[in-house]
Amino acid sequence: MSDTHAQTVAFVRDTMLPEQPPPASEAGVIKWMRENLFKGWFNSILTLLSLYFIFVIVTNAYPWFANGIWNTSSLAECREMLGGMTGACFSVLTERWNQLLFGFTYPPEAYWRPTLAFVLLIVAIAPVLYPKAPRQMLVFTGIYPFLAYWLIWGGTLLIPLMVLVGLIAGYFAFKQFERQSFAMGMVAGLVAAIVVIWAGGIIPASMPDVLAIQAIPSRDLGGFMLNMILGTVCVSLSLPLGIMLALGRQSSMPVIKWICVVFIEFIRGVPLITLLFVANVVLAYFFPPDANIDLVLRVIIMITMFSAAYIAEVIRGGLAALPRGQYEAADSLGLDYAQSMRLIILPQALKISIPGIVNVAVGLFKDTTLVSVISMFDLVGMIRGPILASTEWNGVYWELWGFAVFVFFIVCFSISKYSQWLERQLATDHR
Amino acid sequence: MKKIAILGAMTVAGLSAGVASAATLDDVKARGKLNCGVTTGLVGFAAPNANGEWEGFDVGVCRAVAAAVLGDPTAVEFVPTTGKTRFTALASGEIDLLARNTTWTFSRDVDLGFEFVGINYYDGQGFMVPKELGVSSAKELDGATVCIQTGTTTELNLADFFRANNISYEPVPIETNAEAQPLYLEGACDVYTTDASGLAATRAAFENPGDHVVLPEIISKEPLGPLVRHGDNQWGDIARWTLNALIAAEELGVTSANVAELAAAPGSNPEINRLLGTEGTLGAMLGLEADWAVKAIMAGGNYGELFEKNIGENTPIGLARGLNAQWTEGGLLYSPPFR
Repeated sequence: MSDTHAQTVAFVRDTMLPEQPPPASEAGVIKWMRENLFKGWFNSILTLLSLYFIFVIVTNAYPWFANGIWNTSSLAECREMLGGMTGACFSVLTERWNQLLFGFTYPPEAYWRPTLAFVLLIVAIAPVLYPKAPRQMLVFTGIYPFLAYWLIWGGTLLIPLMVLVGLIAGYFAFKQFERQSFAMGMVAGLVAAIVVIWAGGIIPASMPDVLAIQAIPSRDLGGFMLNMILGTVCVSLSLPLGIMLALGRQSSMPVIKWICVVFIEFIRGVPLITLLFVANVVLAYFFPPDANIDLVLRVIIMITMFSAAYIAEVIRGGLAALPRGQYEAADSLGLDYAQSMRLIILPQALKISIPGIVNVAVGLFKDTTLVSVISMFDLVGMIRGPILASTEWNGVYWELWGFAVFVFFIVCFSISKYSQWLERQLATDHR
Repeated sequence: MKKIAILGAMTVAGLSAGVASAATLDDVKARGKLNCGVTTGLVGFAAPNANGEWEGFDVGVCRAVAAAVLGDPTAVEFVPTTGKTRFTALASGEIDLLARNTTWTFSRDVDLGFEFVGINYYDGQGFMVPKELGVSSAKELDGATVCIQTGTTTELNLADFFRANNISYEPVPIETNAEAQPLYLEGACDVYTTDASGLAATRAAFENPGDHVVLPEIISKEPLGPLVRHGDNQWGDIARWTLNALIAAEELGVTSANVAELAAAPGSNPEINRLLGTEGTLGAMLGLEADWAVKAIMAGGNYGELFEKNIGENTPIGLARGLNAQWTEGGLLYSPPFR
């Protein structure tokens, strides 16, 4: 209690004033606009200019969308219905959507199969992408590639099943011999897998109708489905291959080191389109005409090699960024090479490499459209070739390419959003 | 450099010779399907429809050959090829027949080791310009930017034409016809040049076809035809005479509508009888059934029917017969006699 000022000041307030809202210019929308859009004369001018451009674009593009026609069967009919007005001819999408998504030779009654494979893909990659998903789902992830192969290509279930059994046998052989040494385990696993797959190959050959669904040759694959297949398969195959190449490049064994260096440098020195031409054209000269190796398989091998070389370099950057102490600490714990890599080095190196790997993956996914140049009908190939060359739709450009942009954007944007989320999850540095 | 090119050509030739020595007819029969190379898409000549079935003028040739050899016009595996992959696909044995509006030239026939079996469309390179440019002759195109497909004979013809007339141009290279259309319409190039048939098809797809003119000059000969590998003459004969059968059928008035009736019994015209196998042994000479030509004509009709259905004046492409009329009507189509 103080009454020091009791005589000097006429009035002393002894209760708090109720809180007032901030002045209108310092709150809500107005504050946000002042701070973000009209801070200073330069920003104000830029804002007004941008608004003007947005206005022009929207007013010009709006009638194109609003007058869009969805139910004609040719461009000529579209133009007739529009009668000179601006307007899109989205009918090409409603009539040819199945060709854009699945290619033009994939049997329509089998569309459910790749669709189901796509839905299951989301289930299968969930445990890999989200650490919080139940761990039991990883079993399904392991089965998924074989299931997806069966769904998309059809034929008897026994073929993918035999490969799966072979790989499981290989895994057990690996476990048996791993205690002696990691390398020996690898060799034993590989031998066991090959023997079982080779021996088991007789079974599906003798019973081609067991659990069989309509077989679809890979030249019938097309559309966005082909981009998705190439993208997912090649990214998932090139990751382990890239890790091995990156480790091999750092190996102290000269033979392994030089094989890896030559492979990486050669592949990185060659444009992807060249490799695709080799896959399509040149390889055909080296095989007898009837022993054609599946074109999709050839392309998968080439794209995988290409992206593996890039991913190897990204991971090498991650490895190089680890302090020397980490390697020494692993050694001083008495871990052998395989253990130290698996338990100490790679988890850290891979975490550092995530942005780079995602970068390669997004780039690779978009690069799958290059197969249109070697006359495969992926989404871009479908648009450039059959659809624009049909008498009905010759001359429709914006609608088709807009669709392609839209589809690719969704996929690539989701990948990059995911990687940002993952980086935040794994952030252990103290910022 | 030249030496490398020669060595490369020799390697290709050697490899393809090794491949080609196998009897293609037996391979096709054993496979039960004809592997036919077509374009990845060219309006009117080859493109899949909404149901995924290939249609078009070149496709008709494939179907006729399949019908003649296997008796089934649908027993064709269409292998789409681009301008860059078409020749390797044929040389490596991936396809048995290439029907992909390919120009018959000396070097392709001789040096690349192919056998052109005939001409199914006489084309020539032309120019299209916007009307507002006010150009009436290709010789006024000095300094123009020209959209041109790479890897084709049109590219070389263009260079020849401009050099011969001592005028300059700036090429805008493009990959496919589909790519050229928007570029031309947006004004990225003043002139679009390709085969006259392609120009007609392109112009027909424009919103205002009347705003564009095709210049009168045709600067090259572009005889387009199907081709096979060197070295298997029997297979070449089959392809050649199937094409000739379609042409002769039009000349003789045999259509898909009346061919069954005409082939039922020998008629009064001996040439029709020989063609349709009711007289003589022409089919056996080819190693085929006697009614091979009947099946080929039934597949899609005679030459004229194929033309009218795919690229003729009643289609959006609207090509006149022109050089591709029968020789009796002032055109160049002239099938050797069936005797």
